[in-house]
Order: sequence, then C-alpha cells, then structure tokens
Amino acid sequence: MNKLIVSPSPHDENYMKTSGIMLNVIIALIPALCVGCYIFGWRAVTLTGVCVSSCIIFEYLSRRIMNRSNTITDLSAVVTGVLWAMNLPVTLPYWMAVIGCFVAIVIVKQLFGGLGQNFANPAITARIVLMVSFPSAMTHWIQPVSYEYDAVSSATPLAMGEGGAMPSYFDLLLGNVGGCLGETCALALLAGGLYLAARRIISLAAPSAFIGSLAALMAIAGEDPLYHILAGGVFLGAFFMATDYATTPITFKGKIAFGLGCGIITFVIRYFGSYPEGVSFSILLMNILTPYIEQTTRTKVFGAKEAEKNEG
Amino acid sequence: MNKLNGIRLNHRKNTENSFTEEFPLPARVKIPMSMTMGAPCQPLVKIQDTVKVGQKIGDSDAAFSVPVHSSVSGTVTAVSDYRTAAGTVCKAIEIETDGKQTVFENIKPPVVTDKASFIKAVRESGACGLGGAGFPTHIKLAPKTPVDTLVINAAECEPYITADYREMIENSDDVVGGIRLVQSHLGIKRVKLAIEANKPEAIKKFTKMAEDDDSIDIVTLPSSYPQGAEKVIIYNSTGRIVREGQLPSDTGVIVMNVSTVAFLYRYMQTGIPLVKRRLTIDGNAVSKPKNISTVIGTSFRELLEYCKTDMDSVKKIVGGGPMMGMSIPDADMPVVKTSNAILAFNHYDQSKTSACIRCGRCVRVCPMGLMPADIDRAYKVKNVEDLKKLKVMLCMNCGSCTFVCPANRKLAETNQLAKTLIPRK
Repeated sequence: MNKLIVSPSPHDENYMKTSGIMLNVIIALIPALCVGCYIFGWRAVTLTGVCVSSCIIFEYLSRRIMNRSNTITDLSAVVTGVLWAMNLPVTLPYWMAVIGCFVAIVIVKQLFGGLGQNFANPAITARIVLMVSFPSAMTHWIQPVSYEYDAVSSATPLAMGEGGAMPSYFDLLLGNVGGCLGETCALALLAGGLYLAARRIISLAAPSAFIGSLAALMAIAGEDPLYHILAGGVFLGAFFMATDYATTPITFKGKIAFGLGCGIITFVIRYFGSYPEGVSFSILLMNILTPYIEQTTRTKVFGAKEAEKNEG
Repeated sequence: MNKLNGIRLNHRKNTENSFTEEFPLPARVKIPMSMTMGAPCQPLVKIQDTVKVGQKIGDSDAAFSVPVHSSVSGTVTAVSDYRTAAGTVCKAIEIETDGKQTVFENIKPPVVTDKASFIKAVRESGACGLGGAGFPTHIKLAPKTPVDTLVINAAECEPYITADYREMIENSDDVVGGIRLVQSHLGIKRVKLAIEANKPEAIKKFTKMAEDDDSIDIVTLPSSYPQGAEKVIIYNSTGRIVREGQLPSDTGVIVMNVSTVAFLYRYMQTGIPLVKRRLTIDGNAVSKPKNISTVIGTSFRELLEYCKTDMDSVKKIVGGGPMMGMSIPDADMPVVKTSNAILAFNHYDQSKTSACIRCGRCVRVCPMGLMPADIDRAYKVKNVEDLKKLKVMLCMNCGSCTFVCPANRKLAETNQLAKTLIPRK
C-alpha cells in the first residue's frame, strides 16, 4: 500500500484554475479580435502575433532573470498580449509594439511581483506610455476595410468633432469605423463581456456602473449618450480592463465605486479635456485608487461585533 | 431574508439508497479514550480484564468530557498510547472479542424523573454530536440561558455522506421520538427539522409524520454547502444570528444532529450506550460503496476491504466528508463516535499553489462574509491588527475558499494558522 497522503481539509478541489480563467478571457476576446482583423486586414493579425509572442518572451525572460518560477503556462501573458494589441492602431511599427510589451510585462507586471501583484493594468499603462512617447504613431488611424496602411488617414469617431460626417450607430456596433485594432466593434466586445459574465469569470458590476454613469453624465451634459458609449474604447475598457482582477476592487460595492469613478473621469476628460478619448486614463487613475476603495468596502462579516473603540 | 453564501458541490450521494448493512463482528477493536470534544478519559480497565458490551471502560472527572463504553464483549489485550486524527495523544484500549456480544448486566433503561436526571442519563450514554464535531450532548442540553427552539440538523451537506439520511429513512420513529424526548425534558416550544432539498424522500416522510404536531416544522434548506454549519443552519431555519462570541443558546436555540436525537431515544428505551454507529464508506477507490453499521473501534482497513477497496491503490483516506473531514495517516485507525464516513481516494492531485490573482471567488463564497484573500495577505506579514479587523476568528473552516481558489491557495488552512496569532482574552 502507498504511504497515505495527509493534508488539511478540504480534500476536493474546483477545476477552474488560473489558466482556465485566462483561457476564457482569451476566448471572450476572440470575436472582437476577429472583427479587428477583418476590418484592418493582415497587418492586424501579424501585429497581434508580435504582441503575444513578445509578451510571452518577456514574461519568460524576466522570471528567469529574477530567478522565479516560470509562469507562462498560466496564460496571463497571452491575455496581456492580446489586450495590448487590441489597444493599438493597426499601423503602429512593430518595434514600438514590442516596447509596449516590455513596459506591460516587465515594468508594470513582473517588477511589482508578477500576476496579481501589479497595481496598474499592464496594457493600459503601456498604452499611456506609448501615447506620450510616440503621439503621432499612436494616433495614426486608417479607414476601415481599405487596407491602405500608408496613404489614407482617418479620424476616430470621437476625434471627428462636430463638422465631419458622424458614423451611424450601426457602423459603431459592427466596428466599421476608425480606431484601435480591437476597440471598434461594440457588438463583439459586448458578446465577449457577456460570455465572461455567464461563465462567472467577471462580475458585471463595474462595467454597468462605468457605462451607465458615462451615459447618464453625457445625457445631462446634452451630448448623445449612446454615441459616447459605443464610440472609442468604452466597451473594451469596461468589460476587459475595468474587470481585471489584480487592479480593481474585490467586493461588489468596490466594483460599483470603481465603475462609477471610471465613468465620471472618462466624462470629464471627453467633455472638458482636450483628449478625445479618456477611457485609458480613467481606468489607470481608478487602478491607483483601488487599494483605498478596498479599505472602505470590505464585506460585512456575518454576526461580527462592531469594532471596539477602546480596545488595545 | 438574505441567504448566506454557499457553494454548489457535486453531491455524489452514491449510497443514498443502500440500506444499512450490519458489519460482521471484528476479531479485535481499539477504543480511544478521546473521541469527542473535551477532556480525554482515564481507562477503567487493565490488561486481561474481561469486558462486556456497554460496560464503562473510560471516564473522567472533568465536566466537559464523555465516558467511553466497551463496544464488544471480550478480553482487554492492551492499553496503549494512541495518536488521534487530530494529532493529540491519548490512551486506547484494545479488546479481543469473544464473539458472544454479551451485554453488561447493569444495562437497563435509565430512570428519568426530571431535567437533572435526564442530563445525567445523557452523559452516561456516552452521547456526543454524531455529525462530526463531537460536542458532548449533556453539555449542549444544559444551556445556561433559556432556550425556546430546537434545530435538528439533517442537512448533511457534505458530499458522499448519507449516514444521517439513512437514519431518517430507516429509523424515522426514533428521530421523532428523540425530538419529543428533548422537547419535553427541556420545555422547548418549537422544533425546526432542517433538511437539505436534495433529500426529498426524507422531507416527504417527516412532513407526513409531523402533520398533526404543530410544534415541529420541516424546513427545506437549499442544496448548497455548508448548510449544516451551526450558524448557517440557525440563520436559515430561524432567522436568528449567532453573534461573535455567542453560543447558539444565547439566541435561544440549540442545534442537534438528527442521528444524535435518534440515538438518545433508543438509549432511553434500552439503556445501551453509544457503542455502535452507522457510517458511509465511499470514495473513488471503493468499488462497492455502502452504508455500514459497526461497533466503535473497528479498523478503517477492515471496513474498506469489506467494501471491496483495492487497498494498494489508495492514496488518501479521509475520516468524514471531503470538505471538513480529516485525512488520516494510517488505514488501521479505528472508527470513533464521530466517524460518519470513511472515504478512500486513489488519486490526489496536489496541484501547485500559485500567486493570488485577486479574482474574489473566496470572498464570494464565504458563508461568514469573510475575505480570505485579504486574510492570506495579512497573515503573510503577520499583521495581527488587520487580522482582528478581518474577523478571522469567525472562520469555521468549512473549506469553501480553498475549494474555489483557482490558484490552489490553501486559504482555509491559512485562516486556522492566522487564528493562532490572535491572543486569546
């Protein structure tokens, strides 16, 4: 007979592991990624490939150099790679995309301790770093389905302003507009988000608070709320970045607070600021506030006594 | 009323329809002096003594203790040191059986005239909570504050185990008799018989039996784990909250396991103390899962072999359910009063623990509303103040957090370790 294994209870385990969760996120990103590849052509495919593979390589190398265990099998680097690619204009030079991967994986994620320890969303931070470093390359948009990467330049729906011909809701839903590789098709992003919610990978608390508050504020300010939530990176940010486990609050109340904060900051940037897009900044700012939100939104423990003030 | 959090488990009640089988009398038994909560007993017999069924062989002067009786007739062959599954050491009495099962001559139904004599008789019966925790029944039945409600715990929320369910189906009269017994001696007005929804037969049976008794309510609990945890079952059946530092009786409730009340009823009829019990033998290494009734002190190995277990393939043996039971180091350990199941597994993935990804699943499932992920973090830096604020002392070790953790973090274990950092008042 074998030597019996003795371990503390429980002796049974759930079969949803970290890599399973990451795989589900990848599955949820596939519709939007496919639409992006259709709209922006082959370069979208190769750009995504470059981002994913360099994220995996950076993850492997940085863990190796820091003498830590190899974590590429948890698939989190793949998720970061895909998300990062979806945040890029399709014309971005590959070497710039690789710099972004370095920022996301090495600086934001691994230097802070790896998966779950980073305080800011890797893809969003990388996007902001590149927007500041290479503003023109990061805002070089092309016409959808034209596949002419050099010649035609186009504005995103949010940058068009009052004068230009505004795209219809239908185009916004299907993604037939200029913009980042993966942010244009609201319908595909919504499908991915609902899939994750149905698999209970994410909670819809933060996305609904985010989208709801943004729409409400835009309506109050006299702008078209539907246009504002469909255009730009709101759906990508709300469903896939405002729900990131490591950088958003754990509790329901915390998630609501996080989503409201994102909605308000996005509104302020879009309405009062000079940037047409505010989603990245709003999520990054709320990432920084997350520890404080967590402190104030801890769960109510069943039957707990109120804290005794004079104790100790 | 908000329901407390819980998790859906695969019930695996493979043995729910298997009628209890009588296990053939083993050649020898080993009876530990500590089988329940409370002080261990001192042996009252020595080597070469002959003992009979029901004879008291261990007792203690401590109030918080339960006497031990011989489960067989035969000769004492050894009084040795024994390490319990919980890791403490006590004496154990080994008895070679003579096969006659002669009942001890002093055994007769106890004479009960008032509450005090009832409590005394309960202690003499050797009764403890049969659901697994083993709280001395005579202490539970003598609360310091007035009690108006008796909750009968028939949730049996752990996977595999059907021992309580078989008690309800096979001995339903004893259950009702036991309830009335406790009710009359303690003057309790209301009884809640709380059964999980995955036992429709039992719910039907008792609803019918309690039809003309207004004082007994049958409560259907949702089929989620851990419904049978004391604070959860009290809340879900009466709506009362047992607060931090309180006992159930402080809210006017006592909770008893369904098999315990049925045993008390039989004891009052026959006077035979707790020397036998029913347990479920299951797990993926067991080819013929069964419910078995056997004498206390039977070795796990004999029972597993009786249920056609390939002992060579067994990697893990658990006494109790898969969520809160204890894995044991030795297949020759004996059945004790609190053994409600023996589970044998032939595979055990010890998946590697990885970093917390802060998914919040542990927080979502904790029935007490604790935040195991935060406790884990506070424990790592030994932040006692934060651990106190996080109310780690309220963790009941149900194991839901460890079960759902995608990073295989042993959160429930960490909670127990964290408790030791907090100074007791």
